[in-house]
Amino acid sequence: MNVIVCIKQVPATNEVKINKQTNTIIREGIESIINPFDMYAVEEGIRIKEKLGGKVTAISMGIPSVVDLLRETLELGVDDAVLLSDKAFAGADTLATAYTLSMGIKKLGKYDIILCGKQATDGDTAQVGPSLAEKLGIPHITYVKRIEKIEDRKIRAQRMTEDGYEVIETTLPALLTVVKEINEPRLPSIKNKLRAKKAHIPIWTAEDINADKRLTGLNGSPTKVVRTFVPDMKIDGEMVQGSPEEQAAYLVQKLCKLYFKKTS
Amino acid sequence: MEYFLTEEQEMIKDLAKRIADEKIAPVALEYDEKGIFPRDIVNILAQSDLCGVYIPEEYGGLGGGIFEMALVVEELSRACGGIALAFAGTGLGIYPVILFGNEQQKEKYLPDIASGKKLAAFGLTEADAGSDAAGIQTTATKDGDYYILNGTKQWITNGGEADIYTVIAATDKTKGSRGFSAFIVEKDTPGFSFGKKEEKMGIRASATRELIFEDCKIPKENLLGREGMGFIVAMKTLDRTRPGVAAQAVGIAQGAFDKAVKYSRERHQFGQPISSFQAIQHMLADMAIQIEAARALVYATCRTIDAGAKNFSKESAMCKVFASDVAMKVTTDAVQIFGGYGYMKEYPVEKMMRDAKITQIYEGTNQIQRNIIALELIKAASRSK
Ligand SMILES: Cc1cc2nc3c(=O)[nH]c(=O)nc-3n(C[C@H](O)[C@H](O)[C@H](O)COP(=O)(O)OP(=O)(O)OC[C@H]3O[C@@H](n4cnc5c(N)ncnc54)[C@H](O)[C@@H]3O)c2cc1C
Repeated sequence: MNVIVCIKQVPATNEVKINKQTNTIIREGIESIINPFDMYAVEEGIRIKEKLGGKVTAISMGIPSVVDLLRETLELGVDDAVLLSDKAFAGADTLATAYTLSMGIKKLGKYDIILCGKQATDGDTAQVGPSLAEKLGIPHITYVKRIEKIEDRKIRAQRMTEDGYEVIETTLPALLTVVKEINEPRLPSIKNKLRAKKAHIPIWTAEDINADKRLTGLNGSPTKVVRTFVPDMKIDGEMVQGSPEEQAAYLVQKLCKLYFKKTS
Repeated sequence: MEYFLTEEQEMIKDLAKRIADEKIAPVALEYDEKGIFPRDIVNILAQSDLCGVYIPEEYGGLGGGIFEMALVVEELSRACGGIALAFAGTGLGIYPVILFGNEQQKEKYLPDIASGKKLAAFGLTEADAGSDAAGIQTTATKDGDYYILNGTKQWITNGGEADIYTVIAATDKTKGSRGFSAFIVEKDTPGFSFGKKEEKMGIRASATRELIFEDCKIPKENLLGREGMGFIVAMKTLDRTRPGVAAQAVGIAQGAFDKAVKYSRERHQFGQPISSFQAIQHMLADMAIQIEAARALVYATCRTIDAGAKNFSKESAMCKVFASDVAMKVTTDAVQIFGGYGYMKEYPVEKMMRDAKITQIYEGTNQIQRNIIALELIKAASRSK
């Protein structure tokens, strides 16, 4: 099994500060860590390798110092790491990030499973994982809390939902984003620390991965952040009574009312 | 203090500290209260390669010595002296194999200890043979290709939890301690069973049990060294592992000191933090001095041993006595600084005071250690005349 784990550098704080002018995250003067959710992806990747053999590669797009964070994944048991770093990648939104990662992953070669954290603790978008799967043209399962089995080029996983979980099976290669319920990340080992210290972590530029610079970084980022807020997941339900016809009529009426209220 | 650790020693210490802070500290009070054996922590140590720090590289370890072992014990003991003992007790149980095992024995037993798959224990003490270890009654009778063990060992650390036991038994009762031999006994050998788990004052996360041998038949390949070497095996092993007890003591003392400093700044009486009272300040200063002095002695002893010194009974005894007396004093003072809260189980220092006590007793009481030191001093004086 060849596993690729995507990691992101985030500020080591729960309270992300936003620049009011640009609506982007202030990163200066704050210690950087691996996005905590990605640590579960790293752990799961190592567990898959320990069980089924193969190799785990960590990849990240970021500034050159992210090499140190990638080295931390080697200390945990990841085999290889590569950093995608280029001025042309700066200012990327989730779309440009997914594109850049997809080009890096294509250069890495054959893979079976790609793992990402469910979201990053700074941007909190949860978009890069699924977008990356789309860019690569492979299926994905989000919010995975347990991998039930990997067999016959298929993977079956439990996907966490608001009030339970779904069991989803798909073919490999596939991308999974994982939640913290999936495992308990390990601490480093001395042997891996010694290995990590000596390991060479290559840095790939836009040219190295054949990336189209119109699609990377600020150039490739159509997103404009207007406002940031946590969406309200609690939606009040309403049970509609009556015959199917009556129910449909009621629903249409209700939706029209809502729609016109919004646009008026 | 700068102890000029090598990069690898620094790494070992840091990782042990992380495990102590992140994994042991949160469970220490519960494991103490309920007497839970820390199998989960052992697994974490195993995954981190720490179980094998003192095992030679050719057997899957990291190739360090007593110093590396002591660094791990010290860091783990800051969070819990009892949990640390699962690791330290294994060191005591397996060192006889490292020191006296033949190639087959090393190949058979060391890799599983290094990987943390198995734990070890050391069985010397009996009901009527404590300080006077030469008084043991357990016998091993040669019978063809086997030895038959009979007798009961008492208060054996990791008893019941370990897979590999080094046991000292008399092969020739007429010769006294010169008739003792050391054996490796595997758990689940027929005729080998365990007594009940002892209820202890401290280090309650450590399992202490009797080892009971009733016509327990072990292959003659399990003899360590030669017949008659048992007492030497025991004494040489203890000389090496006593700095481990000393490191445990330093760790417990450091743990109690850290709690005391923090508390003294938080607790207010008479409108000010108690850390503003000179009586408290001096107590803290004395605690810090003693801990650092103990640590320096332990580290120096470990380095002496690892550098290949020949006779270090005196140094080994010195660091054990000094560090364990410091641990007792410092933990008692930590309780004092906490006042009535220090006496309560919800606060961590009463446990540390209970845990510290054992370091003055096991692997040779401090009285016996002083006997050893004095004897060496007198021997040296008589030689130089
Ligand atoms: C929790 C725990 C774990 C242990 N783990 C192990 C283990 O893993 N393996 C193992 O083999 N043993 C183990 N022991 C046994 C331990 O090493 C002995 O308890 C210790 O050596 C002291 O023996 P004793 O308890 O019989 O005390 P005693 O020998 O009866 O001593 C009683 C008192 O008399 C003093 N005394 C005795 N002789 C002299 C003397 N000649 N001069 C001055 N004072 C003297 C002692 O210092 C002590 O104060 C453990 C004990 C405990 C409590």
